[in-house]
Amino acid sequence: MADRPSALAAYRALVGSRVRSQLAYRTSFGIDVVSSLILACAELAEVYVLFHNLDVLGGLDLRAALLVFGLSHLGFALANAVAGTLDTMPVYVRTGTLDVLLLRPQPLLTQVLAGDVMLKRLGGASVGLVTLLAALGAQDVDWTPARVVLLVTTPLSAAVVFAALFVAAGAVQFWLVEAAEVTNSFTYGSAYASSFSSAVLPAPLRLVFAFVVPAAFTAYLPTLALLGLPGPPWLPGWLGWCSPLVAVLAWLAAMGLWRLGIRHYTGAGG
Amino acid sequence: MHPVYDPVTVRVVAVLVGAGYRRYASYRAAALGGALTNSVFGLLRASIVAAAVTSAGGTIAGYDAAAVVTYAWVTQAVIAPVHVFSWTDVAQRVRTGDIAVDLARPVDLQLQFGATDLGRALATLLPRALPPLVVGALTFGLVLPRQPLVWVAALVCTLLAVGVSFACRFLLNLLSFWLLDLRGPVTLYVSVAALLGGLYVPVGWFPGWLRTLALATPFPSMVQAPADVISGRVAGLDLLGVLAVQAGWLVVTLLAGRLVLSRATRKLVLQGG
Repeated sequence: MADRPSALAAYRALVGSRVRSQLAYRTSFGIDVVSSLILACAELAEVYVLFHNLDVLGGLDLRAALLVFGLSHLGFALANAVAGTLDTMPVYVRTGTLDVLLLRPQPLLTQVLAGDVMLKRLGGASVGLVTLLAALGAQDVDWTPARVVLLVTTPLSAAVVFAALFVAAGAVQFWLVEAAEVTNSFTYGSAYASSFSSAVLPAPLRLVFAFVVPAAFTAYLPTLALLGLPGPPWLPGWLGWCSPLVAVLAWLAAMGLWRLGIRHYTGAGG
Repeated sequence: MHPVYDPVTVRVVAVLVGAGYRRYASYRAAALGGALTNSVFGLLRASIVAAAVTSAGGTIAGYDAAAVVTYAWVTQAVIAPVHVFSWTDVAQRVRTGDIAVDLARPVDLQLQFGATDLGRALATLLPRALPPLVVGALTFGLVLPRQPLVWVAALVCTLLAVGVSFACRFLLNLLSFWLLDLRGPVTLYVSVAALLGGLYVPVGWFPGWLRTLALATPFPSMVQAPADVISGRVAGLDLLGVLAVQAGWLVVTLLAGRLVLSRATRKLVLQGG
């Protein structure tokens, strides 16, 4: 009997086909990348406009705020490229496409994720990366080996946290169906929350966006750890070192929720 | 083309407004989900601008904490009815070719979609605007005007904002006669409209050059205008001025839509051979 291709090989083949199909329409692809770039610039303009009127926001100056923005956007854009397609889960559930995917001998999540890897999101990632590099260049970081490791792992931890949020949001669709938009509040909401200093949030919100939805662990807390800043009440700066651990926990929780969701799902077809 | 005052056209438009209303009024759970998202963003935006005003020493460009928090919540309340989101209703019809059917109808294309969009706005007005306002009032506290006349003006202003928003979205959708894939331009439009309209931060907070740029676009008439009127920030003659600017943009954007539409349909006929 011929071996079934591994999940990873199948994912690679599917993603390869998606990537080729996106590059086939060059003009459309170019417009998409530029649009995603300008979207990120418009969000960056918000930071610029705020700091045009003040010097310190939520305990961070412009350079530190840009560091948070860059980390958050880089992480989110990576997650969005890979897992943003989970936004279409309600359509899969409603139209019964999910039944077709469930029949195939590959894990459902692999198939859904491979369905649309959005290269255009890399436009947003590049804005995040450039902002991050510029902010680092302007910053006097007291570099230690540990901080270098933290800097390199943070965008990856952030991407895992955001991908976990997308998976969790997709999993909840098995119950919601009609109210698909509910989950935007915590995927895109936490992306937005993570791009600012958590110190601006009132204490209850700060706790929610750190310990219920771990948005603060994607950019703000690692920034505090990199710069050796103390942090606001309830969020000591050293928590930033825990980001990779939080990313792993978030991913495990999301996978648990995803399995519950699949078990709950009963096809619409008679 | 039928003139707008033709009684048959008026009846058709009324039917289309009703159809748009019923179509969007039937998705109650979706409206609730959307309102929740608006409320979460309201909490975040209000926190950020309140912290900004406190950090800047109490006021920025005439907005104190209470005023700018109200501004943040009111913008979250109006963006769904005004629809500063992606909208490709016309583009989808162009892509499938169904636009030929729409064009064959005895009612002008812009009027058909405009009437349906007005129905959509009316259906989403209360379900999408009230929840964020209630959450805002309970958490941060809002400063809203008490005079009934201001609320009448606020309604007129919001409807004008819906009109300008529709005219811009219609114009953008006409691009689909030339471009196959409109997703990129739509993303671009939504992000620029949100920024320059004052959704992230009031236009008054912009540095000079960006404010000049913003005021040269119709976008502040879609977001900033209703937010300033509903929060009672502009009153009296200033209010009339805001409404006049909105009306001006409505006329300009609708006319631009007609102009591009006539070119687009000529191109469509050429393709149809």
